[in-house]
Amino acid sequence: MSVLSLSRVSLHYGTSSAPVLQDLSLDLRRGEFVSVIGRSGSGKTSLLNLAAGFVSPSTGTVRVDGRAVTGPGPDRAVVFQDDALYPWRRVEDNVALPLKLAGVGRDERLARARDWLAAVGLEGQGAKHVWQLSGGQRQRVGIARALASEPEFLLMDEPLGALDAMTRDLMHELLLKLWQRSHAGAMLITHSVEEALFLSTSVLVLAPDPGRVVLQERFSFGRRFLAGEDPRALKSEPAFIAARERLLAAIYMKEASRMKKQGHMKEVG
Amino acid sequence: MVDLSAPAALSVPAAASRPGLRRLPLGLVLGLGTFVAVLCLWVLASAQGWASPVFLPAPARVWAALVRVATEGYANATLWGHMGASLWRVFAALVFTMLIGVPVGLIIATSRIGRGILDPLVEFIRPLPPLAYLPLIIIWCGIGEPSKVLVIGIAMLAPIVISTVSGARAASESQIRAAQAFGATRVQLVREVMLPAALPSIFTGMRIALGAGWTTLVAAELVAATRGLGYMIQSAAQFLVTDMVIAGILVISALATLSELALRLTERRFLPWIGKS
Repeated sequence: MSVLSLSRVSLHYGTSSAPVLQDLSLDLRRGEFVSVIGRSGSGKTSLLNLAAGFVSPSTGTVRVDGRAVTGPGPDRAVVFQDDALYPWRRVEDNVALPLKLAGVGRDERLARARDWLAAVGLEGQGAKHVWQLSGGQRQRVGIARALASEPEFLLMDEPLGALDAMTRDLMHELLLKLWQRSHAGAMLITHSVEEALFLSTSVLVLAPDPGRVVLQERFSFGRRFLAGEDPRALKSEPAFIAARERLLAAIYMKEASRMKKQGHMKEVG
Repeated sequence: MVDLSAPAALSVPAAASRPGLRRLPLGLVLGLGTFVAVLCLWVLASAQGWASPVFLPAPARVWAALVRVATEGYANATLWGHMGASLWRVFAALVFTMLIGVPVGLIIATSRIGRGILDPLVEFIRPLPPLAYLPLIIIWCGIGEPSKVLVIGIAMLAPIVISTVSGARAASESQIRAAQAFGATRVQLVREVMLPAALPSIFTGMRIALGAGWTTLVAAELVAATRGLGYMIQSAAQFLVTDMVIAGILVISALATLSELALRLTERRFLPWIGKS
């Protein structure tokens, strides 16, 4: 079973003394879904950039199955917050691009691209231009494109951040089904505690200054949804609500104490 | 699969945009109005005798000169011969300059070493006036057709290179990183992401380059030309045939406008995504 492991990584940008991430370890196995939450500045995106190979750790190692990661590669597909689609290519050509880069012939890559488009609910939309799609549709194209390369790991940097709440709920269910189908190890950077709880087999809470893990917990709400349970019933379970409060407490812990120290709490309430 | 057809309804309605029908004719009307006003002033000025016909011939005389050169010819060739020669030079220069300028721009944009070597050369060529390097080109390349194309091409090089460089940076960081994550090599990255992202800017560069090309035309046809609009204008000027000079200027202006329009249509046809994402 493939594993993407970050061991004791720290990251400094430039010569600034404050590390963005400090001494962080994380294993992502195929078939797992790890979400990373935390306030702005806690190094969530830096963590994903390390895993993707866009940046190298200042200390520590990033490995896939024991091999050191030296840069980005097709085993680790990335979905970006801005969909990062190419407007000069039609929708299906966007999805087929990873296959083209891998040397797959035109007919086969288009057939596979159309399969993935159907899998994200965009059957028959392949000939459209990117700008003719809504935000949610574009993000689904981005996900289809990432999965078309059949990656071992799917790294997602707040892919649903710009979508409205109703679209997000539908995307959550779609993401779980795609994750199950692809068998990839998924890493999701998100601001939404509910999203992390519902989707993940494991949630990591990061705290800023320096970026580090303050809580890691395993969950099974997503698997239970895939087993056929009702998503709204799951999200209103006492166990779900209690877990949400635990994660929120971990996220705001230090902020609350800092604000109390500065006397801001009285003004706020 | 989950039914996700609902987000399709989320697309923004286009009703908020201003009615485009009213805006286009206004620009057109104003443009034609200016043109007509200048023409009226010109007719008035020559009819009233405000300037000697040697300085400002009447529009009718310019029209007659135009008809004369189109039918009988002037300075060794008919209007079509002059136009063909000039068009060939300008567009040959554009093609050659694109073949050199776009790759040079991409190298400058993507390689620090390439930038270090090529950028100073481009910056050196950029401000040079064509009349200054014309003698040198003639000494080096002779008085034939290649040196004329070269003189125009040099004037076109900087706009093409600079627009390619700035265009190649139009690709967003995530667009570049996405391709890298899919395993794109450096060459694939340039071909699939940077070059297409640069195309809108390259088209703008081509339009500026064409302008520079028409501007340089007269200089290029200054020495040892036997036909061409620039040559026609100079021949007429030597004998104070002012109506023919003005006719030549109007023809150059019309050709420049037409080539600009052709470029815009090409842009709309082949780059429909400009300004859309």
